[in-house]
Amino acid sequence: MTPCAPPYTMCTSSVSRELKQIYDNCFNNWFVEKFLKGDNNDVQCATLLKVYKDCVEKAMKEHQIDLHDVEINHLETNKEKIPPS
Amino acid sequence: MVKYFASSTIFQFNWDQVTQGFWRRYPNPNSSHVVSEDIISREIKDGKLYSKRLLTKTNRIPKWGERFINKNYVNIIEESIVDPKDKILVTYTRNLGFTKVMNVIEKVVYTISEENPKWTVAKRSVWIDSSVFGFSLAIQAFGLDRFKKNATKMSDGFNYILAHMFPNTAMSMNPNLSQMGFSDKNIEPSITRLTHAAEDLQHSLQDRAEKVKDAAKKATNLAKQKTQPVYAATQP
Repeated sequence: MTPCAPPYTMCTSSVSRELKQIYDNCFNNWFVEKFLKGDNNDVQCATLLKVYKDCVEKAMKEHQIDLHDVEINHLETNKEKIPPS
Repeated sequence: MVKYFASSTIFQFNWDQVTQGFWRRYPNPNSSHVVSEDIISREIKDGKLYSKRLLTKTNRIPKWGERFINKNYVNIIEESIVDPKDKILVTYTRNLGFTKVMNVIEKVVYTISEENPKWTVAKRSVWIDSSVFGFSLAIQAFGLDRFKKNATKMSDGFNYILAHMFPNTAMSMNPNLSQMGFSDKNIEPSITRLTHAAEDLQHSLQDRAEKVKDAAKKATNLAKQKTQPVYAATQP
């Protein structure tokens, strides 16, 4: 893996790299125009996200990243670290 | 032993601006080490946005650490929760793999500044842990030193992005405002002495590096002196 030009993604094919950029734009727009204004409907970018996520999953397998470790949530679980009082 | 470190940063941008900027932090002039950022999952629960991202960064480790970590890239999992109602953004990052060598966990909570409602305060907590026998203290001290430098670099990079996204707000920023506050404590106070030992150890490693550098410099100077006449002779 080498550092590459934006978009900064693990996905390597040019189609999926473009897809990531389109998804990011969709999300950033939705975040400002909808989510921060109290609209919780996230259907707008859902299809893009699904296709883009599939490619990330494939890339993680190619890079031998431990998917199980990735899936575990720490935040808001008993795994979350608590600052000393 | 776990080393705990905390800092607090003021961003002179409001909470909505900072949370928008959070997703667009990379690339910035201080993020050349970030190779990729990808979404693993994203969903809305109870009106809050839960995201998990995978970040890949180049791994900057000192020479003496290479025998423990000989990988060029480190994968980081970033969990985040955006609560738009109470205006709280929480991020929690952990490194994937070689957690025995060095486990770094960072939690940042972004809220509206009590000082000024148009500003955002980021409270950062970091836990650094290593279980490599004998080297754990040195590795922890190294991690801490790097954390201090990176914390400043990171908020500079973030400010750069925010200033580009919101130039009007940036124009009214007070450049003289001290933006960072650090505190640094151990979870087990009795270990403080040992931590100092770790810092001493690290300094001694640095000293040694300096000595080698000095020796190299002396050798270069000597070589230059010796070659000076030859060099002068070749000048027209």
